Amino acid sequence: MRPSAARLLNILVPVKRAVDYAVKIRVNPQQTGIDLNVKHSMNPFDEIAVEEAVRIRERLKEAVKSIKVVTIGPPKSAETLRTALAMGADSAIHVEIPESDPSPEPLGVAKTLKALIERQKEGVDIVILGKQAIDDDAGQTGQMLAGLMGWSQATFASKVVVDAENKVANVTREIDGGLQELKCRLPVVVTTDLRLNEPRYASLPNIMKAKKKPIEKLLAADLGVDLTPRLETIKVEEPPKRVGGGKVENVDELLAKLKDAGITAIKRA
Amino acid sequence: MFRNAARSLTAVRALQRTHQPSLARAFSASGLTLNSLDTFTEEEQMLRESVRRFATDVVGPKVRDMDEQEQMDPQIIKGLFDQGLMGIETSADHGGAESSFTSAIIAIEELAKVDPSVSVMCDVHNTLVNTILRKYATKDQQDKWLPLLSESKLGSFCLSETGSGSDAFALQTRAKKDGDHWVINGSKMWITNSAEAEIFLIFANTDPSKGYKGITCFIATKDMGIQIAKKEQKLGIRASSTCTLNFDDLRIPEENIIGGIGRGYKLAIEILNEGRIGIAAQMLGLAIGAFEKVVPYTYTRHQFGQPIASFQGLSFQLARAAISIESAKLMTYNAARRKEEGKEFAKEAAMAKYWASVVAQEVSGGAIEWAGGVGFTRETGVEKFWRDSKIGAIYEGTSNIQLQTIAKFIQKEYS
Repeated sequence: MRPSAARLLNILVPVKRAVDYAVKIRVNPQQTGIDLNVKHSMNPFDEIAVEEAVRIRERLKEAVKSIKVVTIGPPKSAETLRTALAMGADSAIHVEIPESDPSPEPLGVAKTLKALIERQKEGVDIVILGKQAIDDDAGQTGQMLAGLMGWSQATFASKVVVDAENKVANVTREIDGGLQELKCRLPVVVTTDLRLNEPRYASLPNIMKAKKKPIEKLLAADLGVDLTPRLETIKVEEPPKRVGGGKVENVDELLAKLKDAGITAIKRA
Repeated sequence: MFRNAARSLTAVRALQRTHQPSLARAFSASGLTLNSLDTFTEEEQMLRESVRRFATDVVGPKVRDMDEQEQMDPQIIKGLFDQGLMGIETSADHGGAESSFTSAIIAIEELAKVDPSVSVMCDVHNTLVNTILRKYATKDQQDKWLPLLSESKLGSFCLSETGSGSDAFALQTRAKKDGDHWVINGSKMWITNSAEAEIFLIFANTDPSKGYKGITCFIATKDMGIQIAKKEQKLGIRASSTCTLNFDDLRIPEENIIGGIGRGYKLAIEILNEGRIGIAAQMLGLAIGAFEKVVPYTYTRHQFGQPIASFQGLSFQLARAAISIESAKLMTYNAARRKEEGKEFAKEAAMAKYWASVVAQEVSGGAIEWAGGVGFTRETGVEKFWRDSKIGAIYEGTSNIQLQTIAKFIQKEYS
């Protein structure tokens, strides 16, 4: 084997435990949030991120040295890490927060990830994470992390090609006008869009192997970050029930109805 | 080696159970943690989730077509191998997942929720074929066959014949010795998986003068000359192949005898005891599959200005079905755990298999009625569950055979 001078790639994949996509969301009786006593699973966009990391390794073979997953969440989030390990990640970090604590906000998460990246002795070359989590749909963590680190960022990726030798990632993004291609110097933060890949199902042998893979447990305090939310949720309520519309026979009738409803044309000056 | 693997897994499970103090129900004097019957390890939960998704995404879209065509899609067989679901308990050295018996039960249940045909294919392959080899084959035989069965070759278990069903040991297939080979003549009927299988466990009598003590188990491959004849057209589990097999001077090498000459009857009895828990799991999954398919519909279907499930008449039927499912569930999981813990389980397995088949038929039959006219059409796939349920009272020991097994235990205890 040719001795490779290039440093091998280390990939970090942050994942979040979220209410399962198939669950019907209900507001809790106190109207402080949603009912959380329902099935949870890995945020689907993060699953795509784990899958992409594993595929990058399948393409680049030994050039990928490690795939580490990380989550910030209550004890139950360990399940999410195990799932990621069963999909092919090598090791995991669990920044554990008490069950009763509020869910961290994107800036807190980004700062935690920054602190974690700085702790990695061998560095991190690529961070891949979901473009958003399906629970609060903030869609900010990746961008904030890239900003804090001063790294390249490629958001909403629909294709990722990593050139390990030249330390470059070519990322395709789906934008309104078509496809945009970015060439990013590593290290880079990539956020995943829906069409990047279709995640695999963890196979049984890999599930069995996952339990032997290490999960490092940390507290936010160990990293010197403050996860206190900066936003206050005042009230959560169901969207108003849709009342049925009516059908009109012709345009005149439609205009009449609009007028009745107080909607009129803007007069030109 | 397998025994050690099994033991270490049990130890791990016990350990994990004690690591979940919130789940602990009581502590006995010995400090043993007792959990509810539906407590699962983290791996078992992950397996359930993974199989559920495989079944929903990969199997689900093909169910109707496979049923209509009476054909298993080869991609599904391949998918089961790729997911590691064809060597669930097989050791990692032999390409398996080295997982628990309960894991196999969970996989069978989850597959049956979507398609009982796919479920029985996985069940027969794991709980009958793999298990016989893991328990009774020599190291050399295991090294040769288990990796094939874990990775790509479907297995089939050939016991029944025209004249031998419940009376399995009346089988007429004969094996005669010829040098270092055995020559097999006869035929088998109703053999599950046989159209797609490449590895066959064949039960034949090597010495009819000894009666059932002449029955011997042979392992053979399709290319040795097994003739796969007529494929049965069935009421249910139509995608699962069921064929007649003919052996016309089928020559099998001496080293392909599993468990020793004349030991076949013992193998079959023991293996079918645990196989029954697999069928219980299949029937349990079937009942849940039918229930989950129809119950949400009963809350969206309005008659007389309200959801039909809000009428007491229907809601109580749903409640009864839920109770039946719960009972079948607990009996199946309990039989599985007993087996895993090395306790006696033959009676519990018979009870679970009998009861789960009753529940499957009741719930899937009810589901058709709850869905009304829609449930009676083939498009919705509700009636398929009911058709598929009938086999539960027939194969791997008919309901009467299960009752007889249970009755024998009662007699032993009370007479």
